[in-house]
Amino acid sequence: MVPLNHYLILSGVLFAIGTAGVFLRRNLITVLLSIEIMLNAVNLTFVAVGRYHGSVDGQIITFFVMTVAAAEAAVGLALVIALFRHRETLSPDAFTALKW
Amino acid sequence: MDVVAFYAFAAIAVVSSLLVVGQRNPMHSVMLLIVSFGALAGLYVLLDAPFSAVTQIIIYAGAIMVLFLFVVMLLNVPREEPTPISVATLVGPTGRRIGAVLALVFGIELLWALMRVGLSPFGQDPAIESVSSVRRIGLGLFRDHVFAFEATSLLILVAMVGAVVLARRER
Repeated sequence: MVPLNHYLILSGVLFAIGTAGVFLRRNLITVLLSIEIMLNAVNLTFVAVGRYHGSVDGQIITFFVMTVAAAEAAVGLALVIALFRHRETLSPDAFTALKW
Repeated sequence: MDVVAFYAFAAIAVVSSLLVVGQRNPMHSVMLLIVSFGALAGLYVLLDAPFSAVTQIIIYAGAIMVLFLFVVMLLNVPREEPTPISVATLVGPTGRRIGAVLALVFGIELLWALMRVGLSPFGQDPAIESVSSVRRIGLGLFRDHVFAFEATSLLILVAMVGAVVLARRER
């Protein structure tokens, strides 16, 4: 069986890709997608370490992370729609004012 | 067999995640992210976590990504716009390069820290077998972590109300 480290390294690589996406993309939807990549990388760590310790708690936390991700996606996308209505753009650089 | 499957799924996950970040059409990004989630579900199966694999497919690939697809189609913005000139100095080639370098440094740092730990193979004692048991997950979820479970349901309710209020058309 593949050792635990390989799972952790894969998870680190995925997390770094997600971080790069948040920094590099100029599109709010792709930024949200990058956050989902990061959440999934963390989920993989939880499941792998839970398997390593022979405990189901890792999978239970994964379940909670998925629900929180669903809530985050719902609210985040509602915000994206509301912002798009005001500015007709998805570039995060267009939203620099707290109020308009 | 396990090793081959692990590297195949890992390669699919990394390549499709890179493409999600690397190309400009949000529609393609969402589709590629579904592929990445499928590969992660495969990895969960390899980790004796079929319950997590199935919830990954149903919740992530099934529900959350459909939400993203709806919004991408609703807003109908097929491409990323070029950056406006006023902020070009911050997010132009230089700033972008700094972001890429930061992410790369972060990844290398993580890898370095993980390499130092040394290889740790998974244990094979009989207790490990029951990690895949849905019965144990259910007991943990509804008995040991019941407060977190109920708090999550409240969170979902708040998110639902919040999404409706935020996306409502003002008049």
